[in-house]
Amino acid sequence: MDAILLQILNGLDKGSAYALIALGLTLIFGTLGVVNFAHGALFMIGAFCAVSVQKLLNLSFVTLDETQKDFLGNPLKVETPYVQSWFGPEVGATIIDWSVPLAILFAIPIMLMVGYVMERGLIKHFYKRPHADQILVTFGLAIVMQEVVKYFFGANPIQTPPPEALSGSVDLGIMIGFDTNAIIYPIWRLVYFAFAVGIIGAVFSFLQFTTFGMVVRAGMADRETVGLLGINIDRRFTIMFGIAAAVAGLAGVMYGPLNPPNYHMGMDFLVLSFVVVVVGGMGSLPGAVLAGFLLGILESFASTTWATTTIPGINQIIIYLVAIIVLLTRPRGLMGRKGVMEE
Amino acid sequence: MTNKSVTRRGVLKSGAVAGTGLALPTIFTASSAAAYTNEPTGSSVVLGFNVPQTGPYAEEGNDELLAQQLAVEHLNGEGDGGCMNTFSSKALKGNGILGKKVEFVTGDTQTKSDAARASAKSMIEKDGAIMINGGSSSGVAVAVQGLCQEAGVIFMAGLTHANDTTGKDKKANGFRHFFNAYMSGAALAPVLAAEMGKERRAYHLTADYNWGWTQEESIVASTEALGWETVNTVKTPLASTDFSSYIAPVLNSGADVLVLNHYGGNMVNSLTNAIQFGLLDKVANGKDFKIVVPLYSELMAAGAGENIKGVLGSMNWNWQLQDEGTKAFVKSFGEKYGKPPSNSAQTCYAQTLLYADAVERAGTFNPCGVAEALEDFEFDGLGNGPTWYRGADHQCFKDVLVVRGNENPTNAYDTLEIVEITPRAQVEYDPEHPMFAGGELGKCNSGA
Amino acid sequence: MLGLNKKDTSLLIVVALLTMLAPFILNPFPEGSAMAQFNAGYPDLMQRFVIFGIFAIGFNILFGLTGYLSFGHAAFLGVGSYSAVWMFKLLSYNVVPAIALSVVVAGLFSLLIGFVSLRRSGIYFSILTLAFAQMSFALAYSVLSNPKFNLTNGETGLQVYADDPQILQGANAPDLPHLFGLPMRSTYTMDLGAWSFDFNAGYYLCAVVLMVVFYLAIRIFRSPFGMMLRAVKSNQQRMNYTGLNSKPYMLAAFVISGMYAGLAGGLMAAMDPLAGAERMQWTASGEVVLMTILGGTGTLIGPVLGAGFIKYFENIFSKINDNVLHSWFSFLPDGLEDAVVFVIHPFIGKGWHLTLGILFMLVVIYLPGGLVEGGQRLRGWFRRKKKGADDAPSGKTEPAE
Repeated sequence: MDAILLQILNGLDKGSAYALIALGLTLIFGTLGVVNFAHGALFMIGAFCAVSVQKLLNLSFVTLDETQKDFLGNPLKVETPYVQSWFGPEVGATIIDWSVPLAILFAIPIMLMVGYVMERGLIKHFYKRPHADQILVTFGLAIVMQEVVKYFFGANPIQTPPPEALSGSVDLGIMIGFDTNAIIYPIWRLVYFAFAVGIIGAVFSFLQFTTFGMVVRAGMADRETVGLLGINIDRRFTIMFGIAAAVAGLAGVMYGPLNPPNYHMGMDFLVLSFVVVVVGGMGSLPGAVLAGFLLGILESFASTTWATTTIPGINQIIIYLVAIIVLLTRPRGLMGRKGVMEE
Repeated sequence: MTNKSVTRRGVLKSGAVAGTGLALPTIFTASSAAAYTNEPTGSSVVLGFNVPQTGPYAEEGNDELLAQQLAVEHLNGEGDGGCMNTFSSKALKGNGILGKKVEFVTGDTQTKSDAARASAKSMIEKDGAIMINGGSSSGVAVAVQGLCQEAGVIFMAGLTHANDTTGKDKKANGFRHFFNAYMSGAALAPVLAAEMGKERRAYHLTADYNWGWTQEESIVASTEALGWETVNTVKTPLASTDFSSYIAPVLNSGADVLVLNHYGGNMVNSLTNAIQFGLLDKVANGKDFKIVVPLYSELMAAGAGENIKGVLGSMNWNWQLQDEGTKAFVKSFGEKYGKPPSNSAQTCYAQTLLYADAVERAGTFNPCGVAEALEDFEFDGLGNGPTWYRGADHQCFKDVLVVRGNENPTNAYDTLEIVEITPRAQVEYDPEHPMFAGGELGKCNSGA
Repeated sequence: MLGLNKKDTSLLIVVALLTMLAPFILNPFPEGSAMAQFNAGYPDLMQRFVIFGIFAIGFNILFGLTGYLSFGHAAFLGVGSYSAVWMFKLLSYNVVPAIALSVVVAGLFSLLIGFVSLRRSGIYFSILTLAFAQMSFALAYSVLSNPKFNLTNGETGLQVYADDPQILQGANAPDLPHLFGLPMRSTYTMDLGAWSFDFNAGYYLCAVVLMVVFYLAIRIFRSPFGMMLRAVKSNQQRMNYTGLNSKPYMLAAFVISGMYAGLAGGLMAAMDPLAGAERMQWTASGEVVLMTILGGTGTLIGPVLGAGFIKYFENIFSKINDNVLHSWFSFLPDGLEDAVVFVIHPFIGKGWHLTLGILFMLVVIYLPGGLVEGGQRLRGWFRRKKKGADDAPSGKTEPAE
């Protein structure tokens, strides 16, 4: 029982990342009809926003300490972050400690801007082009983004630890009557899940309860008619692209403390998030979210010893197997609309 | 840079022009007269450095490349000479190899067997490379080793830790300076017993491919010989980026040690996840929970950051060693690049010098002569103390390091501290050991 | 000639000339000159050009004609390679049975996957093929290489060992892939003044195969069957309403392109007897998609150009390092030389991915029809220049979609 609960938690957690990326992809797809292969790269850029904030906060001046030696026997260079000298060591250390949550504030405008520039500068010209061209150009863009990040940050993963107060783990098992150590779960993973739920809720209520969202939804259903009504739907769609980029970026910022960001993390998620979107059904936002969590949970269960001994290698192929089964039984994924991307 | 490096091709060209000038009637000549593949005929010789430059191991590859460039400088008599001064063999004179200036070409393995073979082939076929050096994974090492055997050039393997490289996939033209999974197990086990006791229950997470399996096999064998019990061995897909669903059940399994048979990005993430779950703060079976990472590298340690504190593992070499060879190399590398070298960099550096030295001693670039000179060669002064290249399987034997993540690092480079230097005798094994049996070295191929 | 119209015949002849004379064409720079770095006329790369050309031609039969975007074609290439190496291991190093088997096995495999995947269309079809290919990759990489049942030899790649049966391997036959005794690796090098040209047996085998399959592709494009496939692309629904069942045609196209991929895989193993699992990964499937789009989807020659373009970058640009740069620009004053090298540095060597990404974007932005459109524009531009007037729109020879 405890093992099952634990894997459900894990699944929700993995699913959070899948759902957030898939949500953004579907937003772009549903509004603009563009297949965005650079979406994984946006996730990666988000994570590197956190890395940059951490680096900025750690900007240091160097003093030579004659009493200590470095590896070549020269005097050791001691680095003191500016933040610490400005605000005093303790406040400074706390600011650095909270760099990941701070990075959210930094990432929102950056990602909105990246999304805006991307849409206006590039994607706009590809609305009428075949999907194959969209794939090629966004894939090229993804490679470029990724190589630029590699050029500045290197290929090695970079740790972005969570704040001290939110690191470590809690024993959830005790709270609901299990033995100690039965259900230990990292705090930041719980934070991530809560954050994902919050973002998803915010996006849905934005679309559901604001006039802007209503127009966008109308545009998704029938772009031409909305245009004929004299509404500038293009501008709204551009903003939606920015929002989708920000969602991916925030998913990346918060993901850093779970697994240290590296420049190709976007590619690792790219294929998976497409599978998620399609399993959910093209063009369906609830479908994307549902499929994200579902695949996350199934993936977690497939990696238990019980599953891998029953069917060897099931943990390697589960996602794809599920995708095949879903697509063969439900032609348009879980909640897909008819006629979207079927040609 | 003002040195106008004369390429081998350039020399060939001038030679060829002169040649055709002399023998005009026979323009169409087949150049099959060479005694062996890519016999250097001009005043220079080309070495091929095949390392990952893109993909997750790009940093590792970059470090290897820096070390190899340094080795070329030293061979050509530039710089401070590095390990040439401490090397026990004095055949190298700092005038290139056999009087020929050393040049190099580089290629990108992408850490994929296919791409690695393609770039090695291009260096052999297009640039006339006489040996291939470097690499950062066992799959690539075995693939390129096979290619070099077929093509008739010497291969020096770089970072490859799987037993198979000098086990069932060993080849007469290939040599490995790096240690292997068996040696990791043999070196780690006594330290583990001393630090954690003989009654431990281990849980293995293993990357699901060849290297992971051989390492798991080696570590399980050597720890069980101590009296440890293996609770479970779980294979994780190589493509995994998040290990939470593998880590979560560990604490409840009755194990009190977690062994991570992962490397590179897998290791960074699985260790980070394990720390997140607070494993190291827990008590299981009345003992403090421990984590072991059998294969460490500096770059991965840097990627794992604070998480490696107190975690034990093994290494081929570390810049903090105090022998003369190590000190000379660290000084030379550090002054040029401003950071200490990693252990894969040291491997590639040492291999380049060793190859050059073997050529000098053999008096020829012929791979068969070079292989003969390297076989059962004993030397000292390149780091790790007295070292032996065993002729039977072309595996190198030297001291192995057991290291631990430093609790209080003073700078970015001493994140690992040396716990013990395991003497060579303790990690030696019979060439017919079951973990290595099955392959055949075959005969050396010079491509003639 | 051969049942082709005049235009197609001349296209075939051009391709034949290009492939036969490739050792000359690809080595335009004298040995040892600074530009020799850009020479591509060495056996391994020439073989790769042709093999990936075959792969892309086959992919284009499916994607270019029907518009069905398969994201799993690398699986067929991988299966082809594995079956070829297994033939080496079991029978002999002769490449004929190996290549034959690889085509057959890839055909059967694609029949199976195609039958299932073609039940859906559009992106659902793409994801189904992707899922099958990724499953094959995962299985080949680890599950099917366990010591008890080692079908693929996993990460290391399947290769021939000395203790393999090789029951038909003659005592005198070469110990490496050969065509009835002619080793695939044997190369004749011709030195002509400062130039040197490599003529490789394996390359010419691949080149002959390329011409045969290129001819077949032309016939398919021009046949009623090809028309049927195009009809699927333009409007499958209308086609179904007329009472035609498009499914068998689609399946046939899928299997044919799978067999092309298997042939490419078999040739790859014949040139270099090692089959690695990465050949089946989604990145490899993506690569052939990129090759086809880059070259010009739906055109005959486009995919071959695209394949050459990408392989050229992978193999030539990745090998340019700072040393080479310094030797190129050594004529400049020191400070300027360093500055130039500094500017170029991010784009070459380990930065070759960056250059490739930028070029993808440039090509697709400015040449919607791929490289073929670039060629057409150039030709049109020259023609206009010659005529001095732009009366006629440039000769549209291929549908540039």
